[in-house]
Amino acid sequence: MVSSEYLAVIIGMGLVTFLPRWLPLVYLTKRNLPAWLVEWLDLIPAAILSALLLPELVTGGAPRSMDLLRPELMAAVPTFLFAIFTKSLGGTVIVGMFIFWLVGKLF
Amino acid sequence: MNLKNLKKNRDHLGRKSALNRGMAAAWPICLGYAPIGLAFGVLAQKAGLSPLEIGLMSVIVFAGSSQFIAVSMLAAGASTVSIVATAFIVNLRHFLMSSALAVYLKNSDRKKLTFFSYGVTDESFAVNLTRFRESDWDLNSALVTNFTANITWFITTVLGGFSGQFIPAHAFGIDYALVAMFICLLVFQLKGSIYVFTALIAGIFAVVLSILIPGNSYIVIASMAAAAIGVILKKKAASGGGN
Repeated sequence: MVSSEYLAVIIGMGLVTFLPRWLPLVYLTKRNLPAWLVEWLDLIPAAILSALLLPELVTGGAPRSMDLLRPELMAAVPTFLFAIFTKSLGGTVIVGMFIFWLVGKLF
Repeated sequence: MNLKNLKKNRDHLGRKSALNRGMAAAWPICLGYAPIGLAFGVLAQKAGLSPLEIGLMSVIVFAGSSQFIAVSMLAAGASTVSIVATAFIVNLRHFLMSSALAVYLKNSDRKKLTFFSYGVTDESFAVNLTRFRESDWDLNSALVTNFTANITWFITTVLGGFSGQFIPAHAFGIDYALVAMFICLLVFQLKGSIYVFTALIAGIFAVVLSILIPGNSYIVIASMAAAAIGVILKKKAASGGGN
């Protein structure tokens, strides 16, 4: 059975997770945003993807420390090149997985 | 063929293709979620959660990293308040993602936006934003993408909770699916020198901050700062130099 304590935890988590997802989508879509904010938001995806990705490639452990010999990084270089030349999302995912698997076998 | 028929035809096609297109866009996400979902289920089961409890968490919270953290905190006997507060901080980055998505969803149906916002994750954000920006992506297709990813997450986490052990955990480089997806989606975002520059700054900031400060707040801080620097540089390049 599910205890009320556990329910309180996940409902609380659900609320604080949902609100940051929901508020900008209902409020910002109703307003005309100032030009600087649109420009800033336009750069956010490139920034956020890079901020999510790069630490995964060049740092490891807990707490994190620099590690340039990670298979994640070795596989990232050819995967990156493949993505640039083919512009294919599906292809990049498959090729990236294969290269990562290969790197794991070789090193 | 008259115009009315043509329009009717298109509406029908539109609905059907939203389902097809949304699911087609979701597959890299699902491929990446499957091993993580299974691993989460296994871990949660080991921490004493039942498949029902695991499934409820995956539906109500639907945020991978904070679910992992919550399970380890539960196992360590942490208080409800501290678990909820941690989830809030860990998931605050979605505020930025929803804001960036809002630019493309002006005056959309509020109810649909609410359902859509529930499914905003790092991965669905990256896929949907790329589509919104480069083609005629619509909210219906984006909703399908989000829910396909959501269902995959739900099923695999519950499955992991039943099996209690890793089903082919590291097979065929599947652990790398999401990293490869992010690499390609980042390439799609690099449409000019200002984007490359912003991404570089964000990446370097993120690496340094991820080493210096515990937790994942480095994502939000690095992206906001890098995008601000990008805007300033763009202004400078437009006003100064003259070429």
